Amino acid sequence: MEESMRLQYRVVRIIAGVLALSVLTILTGCAQRPPASAPQATSTRGAATPATQAPSDSQRTVVVFAASSLKEAFEELGSNLEKQGVEVEYNLGGSQALAAQLAQGARADVFASADLRNMQSAIDAGVIVSGTQRVLATNRLVVVTQGAGTGTGTGTVAITDLHDLMRPGLRLVLADRTVPVGNYSLQMLDRLAADPAYGPGFKERVLANVVSYENNVRQVLAKVQLGEADAGIVYATDASTTTLRTIPVPDRYSPLARYYIAPLKDAPHPQAASRFIAYALSDEGQQILQNHGFGRAQEGK
Amino acid sequence: MLRLQTESAAYTQAEQGASWGRIAGALALATAVALFAGFLVLPIVALLLRVPVSALGEYATRPVVLDALKLSLFTSLCSLGLMLALGTPVAFVLARHRFAGKSLLETLIEMPVVLPPAVAGVALLLAFGRRGLLGPLLDTAGVELAFTTAAVVLAQTFVASPFYLRSAQAAFQSVPVELEQVAATEGAGRWARFWNVILPLSLPGITGGAIIAWARALAEFGATILFAGNFQGRTQTMPLAIYTQMESDLNAAIIMSAILVCSSFALLVTFRWLSRSQMESTGT
Repeated sequence: MEESMRLQYRVVRIIAGVLALSVLTILTGCAQRPPASAPQATSTRGAATPATQAPSDSQRTVVVFAASSLKEAFEELGSNLEKQGVEVEYNLGGSQALAAQLAQGARADVFASADLRNMQSAIDAGVIVSGTQRVLATNRLVVVTQGAGTGTGTGTVAITDLHDLMRPGLRLVLADRTVPVGNYSLQMLDRLAADPAYGPGFKERVLANVVSYENNVRQVLAKVQLGEADAGIVYATDASTTTLRTIPVPDRYSPLARYYIAPLKDAPHPQAASRFIAYALSDEGQQILQNHGFGRAQEGK
Repeated sequence: MLRLQTESAAYTQAEQGASWGRIAGALALATAVALFAGFLVLPIVALLLRVPVSALGEYATRPVVLDALKLSLFTSLCSLGLMLALGTPVAFVLARHRFAGKSLLETLIEMPVVLPPAVAGVALLLAFGRRGLLGPLLDTAGVELAFTTAAVVLAQTFVASPFYLRSAQAAFQSVPVELEQVAATEGAGRWARFWNVILPLSLPGITGGAIIAWARALAEFGATILFAGNFQGRTQTMPLAIYTQMESDLNAAIIMSAILVCSSFALLVTFRWLSRSQMESTGT
């Protein structure tokens, strides 16, 4: 009896020791940055890196904080860059969330914001040098809605044009006004309300239909896709990633969303950061953004 | 690494009764306790240090803060009421009866404790959403849940009820069956036995469970933001308001966080005091 208890005690101690060891290993592993790599074969783009110096970490990895609407386009940019030996890591979210994270000291190399306001707040927080930001692309707003007759939602209110946004009982989802797309949506409603065709009460009546203010554009999209909401206002590029029906917003009503990109002042990988930005602004990069529905950077100037 | 070696060395020495080994062991323990306690306390201290005291009044009376505070109180009290009304009989049955599948039922009821709140939110949507499993049924009944305050209450009840059920069941179990039998021989009926014997004796444990479940309901975030959305005054509870404000006005987020820290602390202290009196009242 005593013997077996002793044995148990010993087993427990061994297990505890192994656990403690592994926790320690993991902790130290996390805390230490990946060691500067030993000399390796130079990357395929020999011209970019001096032959005498192996590519250091600062040239191989780039951490990009990007507005969630850029997801698909940036993933394509990233996979092209990875073929050139640059590894890209993304943190996607509402631009206001990313700006807040950066202001609180999050480590990143590149910030791509869906508007100037949040780029400016990163500049004001001292993490981006004023004047280093460039227009990356432009975007427009659309209304997304479930196609008529899909799913089981019998209570669904079908909408076919912008007037329908004020139909009583419609469940509309917007992004919060702190999110770039939410701010643009409110501007769009102002412009529509200024048009006699929609009437001055238009904005109030539309806002009365709002059931939720989401924290990023993809959450707006998800609520409509799930059928919980009848309609939402998102970017044209987001709408194109789904099979939802879209109601275009004429250019005179839709504010032109300008995306800005800039390197972080204290970027851990400054060379990789400038490579990423240069590629995004190159003809090839701009073409990829256009393929995903964005407007050219030049339009935003 | 080094500390581990000294620790294991300390163990072998302690077995031989050497006193220096004991001292080393005690030192290692003290270091571990200090490090870990510091790790747990530091973030809360850091938060409280950043509270902008001079602007406290101005921030605390902002509509976004007041609306969230009122909504959080209202919804968490509704959830608490639901848990007390529906959970108490369940806890009693689990404490006093044996039946087939009981252990499975207990496991299922505890699932929300280990389930990530985001998963709870998705699951609630797929069950009670407009296109969910019960969507058509609710629709015919004229009930709309998504994006309503009721959805917030459902989300909170879903994630918090296991905490109440667990405590209430333990409290009922701690009342000796003999006491009940004595009451029965003296002619007390089922209801009288429950009301006059079991309930008074298990009250501290039940109240403690209710308090911890209430605290959990107040803290609910993930399931709410997915299932109920984010609308000031309707579904934007304190944690959602903190999340939204964090991205535009850090000070407002810090003040709301501080309010939740204080209320959670008060609730936890009450809970601990009550669980101690439960042990004393039933002599366990």
